[in-house]
Amino acid sequence: MMAAPRPENWVQLRAKGLYVLPGDFYVDPTSAVDAAIVTHGHGDHARPGHRRVAATLETLEIMSARLGAAKNQRRHHLGFGERIQIADVSVWLAPAGHILGSAQVVLEHKGSRVVVSGDYKRQPDPTCPPFEPVSCDVFVTESTFGLPVFRHPDSSGEVAKLLHSVSLFPERCHLVGVYALGKAQRMIALIREAGYDKPIYVHATILKLCKLYGRFGIDLGSLLPITSGLKEQTRAAFQGQILLAPPSTIADHWSKCLPDPIVVMASGWMQTKKRVKQRGVELPLVISDHADWDQLYKTFEDVGAPEIWVTHGREEAIVHQASNLGYRARALQLVGCGQEN
Amino acid sequence: MKPFADLVGRLLYSPSHNAKLALLFDYFARTPDPDRGLGLAILTGNLDLKHFRLAALRKLAERRVDPVLFRLSYDFVGDLAETVALIWPDGSSNQPWPRLADVHRQLIDAPKTDLPDLIAGWLDTLDATGRWALLKLLTGNMRVGISGRLAKLALAKMGRVEASEVEEVWHGIKLPYEDLFGWLEGRVARPNVDDHPLFRPLMLANSLSEKGLRHLDLSEYAVEWKWDGVRVQLSARAGERRLYSRSGDDISHAFPEIIEAMSFDGVLDGELLLLQGRGVASFNELQHRLNRKRITPRALKEHPAHVWLYDLLFDGLEDLRGQSYEARRGRLEAFFDRVVPERMDLSPLIAVKGFPSLAILHESCRERGLEGLMLKRRKSVYVAGRPAGSWYKWKRDPLTLDTVLMYAQRGHGARSSLYSDFTLGAWCVGEEGRELVPVGKTNLGFTNKELRMLDKWVRDHTVQRFGPVREVKKILVIEAAFDSVCKSSRHKSGISMRFPRLHRIRWDKSAEEADELGALRSWLK
Repeated sequence: MMAAPRPENWVQLRAKGLYVLPGDFYVDPTSAVDAAIVTHGHGDHARPGHRRVAATLETLEIMSARLGAAKNQRRHHLGFGERIQIADVSVWLAPAGHILGSAQVVLEHKGSRVVVSGDYKRQPDPTCPPFEPVSCDVFVTESTFGLPVFRHPDSSGEVAKLLHSVSLFPERCHLVGVYALGKAQRMIALIREAGYDKPIYVHATILKLCKLYGRFGIDLGSLLPITSGLKEQTRAAFQGQILLAPPSTIADHWSKCLPDPIVVMASGWMQTKKRVKQRGVELPLVISDHADWDQLYKTFEDVGAPEIWVTHGREEAIVHQASNLGYRARALQLVGCGQEN
Repeated sequence: MKPFADLVGRLLYSPSHNAKLALLFDYFARTPDPDRGLGLAILTGNLDLKHFRLAALRKLAERRVDPVLFRLSYDFVGDLAETVALIWPDGSSNQPWPRLADVHRQLIDAPKTDLPDLIAGWLDTLDATGRWALLKLLTGNMRVGISGRLAKLALAKMGRVEASEVEEVWHGIKLPYEDLFGWLEGRVARPNVDDHPLFRPLMLANSLSEKGLRHLDLSEYAVEWKWDGVRVQLSARAGERRLYSRSGDDISHAFPEIIEAMSFDGVLDGELLLLQGRGVASFNELQHRLNRKRITPRALKEHPAHVWLYDLLFDGLEDLRGQSYEARRGRLEAFFDRVVPERMDLSPLIAVKGFPSLAILHESCRERGLEGLMLKRRKSVYVAGRPAGSWYKWKRDPLTLDTVLMYAQRGHGARSSLYSDFTLGAWCVGEEGRELVPVGKTNLGFTNKELRMLDKWVRDHTVQRFGPVREVKKILVIEAAFDSVCKSSRHKSGISMRFPRLHRIRWDKSAEEADELGALRSWLK
């Protein structure tokens, strides 16, 4: 029997992203290509303009909602575990636990298996199925929080901080900065889990995506658009309320109409005080949709891959630690550039 | 440790006064004795748990963490104690968190060589916030922006009493203040503090404009100078002596020569200045002295402190505050003649015949190095706070300068979405010709309408962004008002405006017409 091909000989990093040579397609390409598999709907993974796209149905819907319906694009939706053959490569998706529809891409070619995990987390999330470990020869991991200072606490404790603050400051409103896709919906679901059932005010871009989540059966309770509140209600109506908006809009003009807002931010970056101060945040909540330092290693162990390729984020510390633990670990940019034969 | 860690973690990011107050109130109400008393002492600077150096901390961390990972993490975080707090492995012990009181007691009891193990043991039980709070305490770098005044307001709210009542007992009670909390919660009687040199809350003056002054019947008022120093209260009782600031902070350590001169029993109100030769030293020197831990013999010799006395609150144990200003002044003069304290003088009464002569005196204040005039109603009693119709201050007219808006930064709290903190510049001749240099920063003096206009202007004229700061096109002239000019090592210009605020927005002027740095220098004493 022929030996399996070396992974770096058939999965390679090119200018437009991770390229699968025997299938002639990309995973999460950074600009328009002929054929792409997309792990999830965040803007740095889902780009417009590909001629053919395969992804989960949820991800395709999210792409339509955010990027618009592209003409002349062929879309192929894949359920988890459903296998397709692209030339000499067998492809299937497994849940990544990052946001609604997020998937790991499992690539198999002549007995060699590479898993491209996209973004993932191991904490429970009421808005998407949990990460499923798939054993493989190479595990391609993100490294957004690839430093040992990043350890995300239990999210219920963070949400309890928010609700305690709401009760402590009944005359102010809490303006929570969250990414519109994924974090917003998870945040709302966590707040609901904690027993808060009053309406939650959300920014228009968040509301649109919450409705999309609703179509996939995720119930987020009563939501009201902030804009309607601004027009129809007095400032007093926002007192004691929770509002969610994308971080980039918090400094916008509309927030001036709010009653003395407490600026909250839910993000893994809120772990360091410098970041919190830079962003003028008064109540930081460490809630992240990415794997933290400990989860990264737990995952390496669970997938049992002898080789780890590390991409976008902080590769250096992970490569150092994974090597210490006996993995063959490399920063993805360096894969194929080494002197290996 | 848990309630305290949560409190300081939150205080750190809460700029607003009311938010801090609510957080402190919540902490005192929910935390048992003696922990809350220790927390109170730490926050108000009355308890120092500094036992550990940063270098030792680093060593401790490297016992547990790979040095390469530690270096990479420290590079990212930028603060050693915070890095250790975050990187320390979680959950390596299932012991409960230590209480603040345990930490306090064990630090006192433990021999120095046991410290690393003791601290490591605590770190094992805590979470990241708890570790951060503990390490900041141990390395003496806990800075969360709580004034003694704020803590007292929270205590007053808790006991539903006036803040002045808390202030009156404050300096007579001891760690961990169980009698204080017991009194505020209505469980025990008010602590007996008669034998202590206490702080008695100050009476303050209302501001008055020239227009408002014309409505006063001057014959009812005594006139004094408004000295350009710091307000102090001198309190001596049973051989103990204290010097208190306006807010009731004990500043005795900064002015040992005054403490030495307080050979009396009573409570006096006055203004403290530093002397230089025959004149008065700059306000910079005074501020410098206030920030010093140890006062050098040289500082004592070159810039000795001096107090102008203007009121007597207690003569021995006799409380004079219920008597009129006139009666207290008589007692003060008699007291002064009897005691003749060194380094002190009576603040003179100024004879004034009608408004014109008052106005002439007012004109002369800047030249004399005085801040303005005080008018005190002869019949007024001494009460804490700012009662109406009793004491007035008529400040000298401010200086003004046409400056150019250079940078803008978003404010806090209600102003968090507005560009409301402005850096102002003046022209000077630099290496590459005429250039603007910053001379002050302000967020004061704006009407809400002006603030909104400026916010829009800043957004429309941004040339560069640095985090929360925007650099703007240097074309808008702001006429700034300020009290005086001082040397500043923090400004490139070496000089800055004291208490700057917006006077007018000069939409009509071009940046070229703004003032030169030289104009500012000419006001430097």
